[in-house]
Amino acid sequence: MTMEATRYDDGTISYPGHPRSRNGAEPVGTIDLSEHTAEVVTWTTSTATPPGVREPNHLAIVEFDVREVVDDGETSVRALVQLTDGDVETGDEVEPVYTEELREPGAGIREPDSQDWDGYRFEPV
Amino acid sequence: MTESDRVAVIGASMTQFGQREEWILELLAEAGLDCLEDAGVDADEIEHLYVSNMTSGEFEGMTGVMNALAHDIGALPAYTQRVDQTSSSGGAGIYAAWQSIQSGASDMTLLVGGEKMTHRTTGEATDIIASITHPVEYKAGVTLPSFAGLTARHYLERFDAPRESLAKVASKNHRNGVDNPHAQFRKEVDVETILDSPIVADPLRLYDFCPITDGSAAMLFCPESVAQEYTDEYAIVAGVDGATDTHVVHEREDPTVMGGVVESGQGAYEMSGYGPEDVDVAELHDMFTILEFLQMEGLGFAEQGEAWELVEEGYTERDGELPVNTSGGLKSKGHPLGASGVAQGVEIYEQVVGEAGDRQVEADVGLCCNVGGFGNCVITTIMEAAR
Repeated sequence: MTMEATRYDDGTISYPGHPRSRNGAEPVGTIDLSEHTAEVVTWTTSTATPPGVREPNHLAIVEFDVREVVDDGETSVRALVQLTDGDVETGDEVEPVYTEELREPGAGIREPDSQDWDGYRFEPV
Repeated sequence: MTESDRVAVIGASMTQFGQREEWILELLAEAGLDCLEDAGVDADEIEHLYVSNMTSGEFEGMTGVMNALAHDIGALPAYTQRVDQTSSSGGAGIYAAWQSIQSGASDMTLLVGGEKMTHRTTGEATDIIASITHPVEYKAGVTLPSFAGLTARHYLERFDAPRESLAKVASKNHRNGVDNPHAQFRKEVDVETILDSPIVADPLRLYDFCPITDGSAAMLFCPESVAQEYTDEYAIVAGVDGATDTHVVHEREDPTVMGGVVESGQGAYEMSGYGPEDVDVAELHDMFTILEFLQMEGLGFAEQGEAWELVEEGYTERDGELPVNTSGGLKSKGHPLGASGVAQGVEIYEQVVGEAGDRQVEADVGLCCNVGGFGNCVITTIMEAAR
């Protein structure tokens, strides 16, 4: 399992990847974010969760510093992730922990076979 | 439509918002027929009929609502189209109706927005709405309220804004809703109650969120030359524009800027010739209290990070410099997805033609901003009183 961000010809990076960058540039490579730590930009604990989602659900927008693996262009990329628990603060450094099922497939409206359901939860380093 | 014609609104209506026994087709027909009656126009005069609706298929198992509505209200053989732009379906319907008149394709266009939601559990409704999200967002279990919690925390921390300022948005809009006979909640709620209510998406609490709602609203559009055959009191669509921001919310450069709000606002200002300083009253998409701040800033009513100060000063109160959400907003009036943008238009129409009753403010120019998703798509409309 990887957590792949996409690099584009215009120097931008996005997670998840898209067929083209926000400026219309083509993909030129990927970066596996699961090999990096990240910084919490903001977080929330959701207490009213939809079917198939743990309750409470701890979520964060985190930012990965990827300057070690890119030569030019953008050097950071953000992701929305689950946290292992709500014991975090903005600015904390967090690392990924693989989880087989972030959400129960088929419990909600989304067709189970239309996407994958495993991924990473993040916890303070 | 003559060359000098402008697009006019000659009628408007909204049903009672809240928990209704009626299903989607009945709600749409109620608002549509009330609107025609308000304008004194017969159904067989309708050339285009647009229905703003996000999820009747998912919520009720009822699709094809636009054709069904044309039949139900006697508008055959009008051209019909359903407009789905998630929570901004209503605003997108205004844009579609404006285009139909402006292009000359129609001389009488009825727009009806509606949604039936309350028969579903909160979890089911939340999941249906969250189905707009990207697979990586969906599997994380994100909901629209949790986007609001993430954004609110970032805003409060970055701009050193007090938590109470968000509660004051909710309190103001509930106060305004008391005077709206169609609002879901007509009850004042004080700041202390809001701050003591259960956490939904930390730091936001129950009263920072709009309710789940059934309801419908309608507007009738025609060229100004046709409007004058029916009435002296009508509104003009002075400017309207729509824009799209990233589908994936965390990919935005600045989490406190909604690009769709900025872009659609600039487009509507440019078309109308008005600027933020000319707007006398505004309906903003307060699905969550934090959105009122982001739209005030995106539309140029406040500098970035300073909207909360205006709310603290009473600038957006009904007797303030810029009354915001005189209808009670989505917060108090309710948020039947496809109807909400149309209901915003109804409020601005009533304000500029002087039919807002106890909610009336002094207004020649009004603006409404309808947000889809968490800023994924936005429509801004500016209306003015006919002169």
